[in-house]
Amino acid sequence: MSEKARFIRNVIIKGLVMFLALNLSWPIFYKGSATLSLYNSVFPGRPRLPFGETPEKAYNLSLFNINAMMSSLELATTKASDEFRVVVIGDSSVWGTLLRPEETLTGQINRGDPATGDGKSIRAYNLGYPSMSLIKDMLLMDEALSYDPDLIIWMVTLESFPKKNQLEAPLAANNPERVSEMVQLRNIALDVSQLPGIGYWQNTLIGRRRELADILRLQLYGILWSATGIDQEYPAAYSAALRDLDADNSFGGLTGPDLQVSEMAFDVISAGVKRAQEINVPIIVINEPILISEGKNSNIRYNYYYPRWAYDRYREIMHDSAVINNWRYYDCWNLVPQGEFTNSAVHLSVTGESILAEEILRIIGMELD
Amino acid sequence: MSIIQIAILCGVSALAHVFINVKWRGWLLLGLNITAIYWLQPAMPIRWMDFWLPTLIIAMTVTVWAITARPEMRFTKNNWCAGLFAVLLIICVALTRFISDEGIITASRPPQFGAVLAGLFFIGLIVLTFGKFSNPSKGLLTLFIAGFILIFVFIKLPVLMLLTSKVLRMIVGQNPQTASTFDIRWLGYSYVVFRIIHTIRDRMTGRLPDISLQEFINYVIFYPSMPAGPIDRMERFLKDLRAPVTRSPDTFAIGAERIFSGLIKKFIIADSLAIFSLNAGNALQVNSIVWQWIIVYAYAIQIYMDFSGYTDLAIGMAYWLGVRLPENFNQPYTRANLTQFWNNWHMSLTQWFRGYYFNPLTRSMKSGKIKIPATVVVLVAQVSTMVLIGLWHGMTWNFLLWGLWHGMGMFIHNRWSDFTKPLTIKYEDRTMLKKGWSLFATFLTFQYVALGWVWFALPNLDSSIAVFKRLAGL
Repeated sequence: MSEKARFIRNVIIKGLVMFLALNLSWPIFYKGSATLSLYNSVFPGRPRLPFGETPEKAYNLSLFNINAMMSSLELATTKASDEFRVVVIGDSSVWGTLLRPEETLTGQINRGDPATGDGKSIRAYNLGYPSMSLIKDMLLMDEALSYDPDLIIWMVTLESFPKKNQLEAPLAANNPERVSEMVQLRNIALDVSQLPGIGYWQNTLIGRRRELADILRLQLYGILWSATGIDQEYPAAYSAALRDLDADNSFGGLTGPDLQVSEMAFDVISAGVKRAQEINVPIIVINEPILISEGKNSNIRYNYYYPRWAYDRYREIMHDSAVINNWRYYDCWNLVPQGEFTNSAVHLSVTGESILAEEILRIIGMELD
Repeated sequence: MSIIQIAILCGVSALAHVFINVKWRGWLLLGLNITAIYWLQPAMPIRWMDFWLPTLIIAMTVTVWAITARPEMRFTKNNWCAGLFAVLLIICVALTRFISDEGIITASRPPQFGAVLAGLFFIGLIVLTFGKFSNPSKGLLTLFIAGFILIFVFIKLPVLMLLTSKVLRMIVGQNPQTASTFDIRWLGYSYVVFRIIHTIRDRMTGRLPDISLQEFINYVIFYPSMPAGPIDRMERFLKDLRAPVTRSPDTFAIGAERIFSGLIKKFIIADSLAIFSLNAGNALQVNSIVWQWIIVYAYAIQIYMDFSGYTDLAIGMAYWLGVRLPENFNQPYTRANLTQFWNNWHMSLTQWFRGYYFNPLTRSMKSGKIKIPATVVVLVAQVSTMVLIGLWHGMTWNFLLWGLWHGMGMFIHNRWSDFTKPLTIKYEDRTMLKKGWSLFATFLTFQYVALGWVWFALPNLDSSIAVFKRLAGL
């Protein structure tokens, strides 16, 4: 055997041994924390959470490592002494589907450089994520609390409440340990036994290869994010949210007249509010605007998502719960005219977001007074 | 090719390296090569094309062998066996339609068995007709070359691609209205054509060695070099194929090193760079000159890593099979002028064009009745060669301009070299000056090549010109 062949043989053997050792010891040293990030140092932080189904066009991708996601945000920077940090959580309407970062709800809140009465600069951070699940919102809120927020605004809508939706949200489904821990700790009535367990082998380097590859790709997409300021694919045209609706009065299999509260995750809101209050961070719950259609069968349904009976009942329950539990709760359901919704009954146009941003600034002002 | 496909091909090549022996190597390769072209052919929206296109490549290969082989060499027992073996393998691939509703070897379910038999009968008839009744006359051979180029044009020129797709869709009973220019993805056809034209031209000039059908199929559709080259010469390939098999830790290690290098280049460096390198989507989205340059440089490095990575993989796998494919890249970006760049970039392609186009053209221009100035000969030969290389990548204005860019660049360099020759001689012994100049020239050459990729990477003139303007800060 020549020297070169011996060298290559040794490289292969040593490489395999080292890889094997690293692979097997990975679960011991790696605890899912990936705070090392090129964002906020090499690249500017992202204004909203990484999400993208067409990464090559969106310069963004969906991944499920919450630490890595948070580390990529501009939120993950040290808070200035004169900053009043507002974290807004919610679904795709907060994240800003079809909207550029500066057009989103938080972008428009920040637009006029608002300030608190004592001269602090109000700075809103977008922690919306495109799927409708309160437990997913709570996961993100829990993480956001470590970034020293002064106020949390939780935008909710009825579609986020059904219990069956909670664990199906990809972010929740792919973080089973965190979700289970949260559910048990907060006594949330969700059956987490359906979540897959993560064993030793799933925690090895090979088991986590997809997650690690996604984290690396997120860093690489930072280059085009920096170069273009684009973080989602903007289609030239989209299908507008339905205004003419089916004569169907069902919601999640129910036909009324009452919502089955036991099948709704109202307790997640209670747990979330409690969680924030534990560390003295004020939290405001807002029922986000929905499309109130004036088209066909609009006497039966407000929009594609909601029959009137279910949504009206939901608003009543939310109102009553807020009073009973002393939540800071605002109902903005009918704030935005139907012309300002885009491709979904909860997605707002730039003008729609502007209307909502103004209202939220007014609410913040009221709460601070 | 996906990393899974490459891993499987590497595994097969490694096993072949262990078990191969000279007696059966040709047959083993024949089996692997034929299976591989069906397996590697990407799925197509036109029904059954992922079966018929590889079959057509085999048919073309066998037909070319039949017309180029010496008549007395054609119908030997060995060649009959090779032909029957190929037919049996094709039938085996076709029979997989009875095992699964989806493709097992092919990307989708193969066509009806009757149609396959009819197709094979028709192909057999053509091959036998040419084999029995043809002599390798110049006219017939030229006609074949023209035919293959014509097919090439039909699958590379967008308007003809669309027409071809429509016709094929009508033949297989699909709606021609849904045809698009992206419908036809024929794995390795352009490389097959190079090898076939090389064979036919060498037959015309009497340089073609005697080759059996089995060897010829193995040469034309050799699976390591099928998707992305290199383009080997037949005499060299045959020499390796007929040589005793060397099986040692050394040969295995050399193959493994090339494969490892290829995997790193392709799947780590190139694929990472692809995320942010210049493309039609991001070309006009970046918001500063610096980023514009960065994405152009990223493309320059990405295309090199991608292509040379594939070459490394091909060379490594071939090495395990006992074939030493030619090198395709030799640090092209470190070259001090464009001529040197092209002597070290996709070398097997440039050597092919040099041998079968550039040299014959310059010879004929120089020896013609009309006296053509040497400068004009150089201009015409260099520019037309580079334009043809451009068009080989795709028949679009951008590829044509990319060819022109390089052709003109090489011509200007040629003139510049002549112009500065006295200076070069004068400062021959000034080492530092020469080194400095060489560094500057390398930098300049890289800039020129990198800017040339703007034509190559983008689909149309407007976006390319817009990128050039942005690069210039306009």
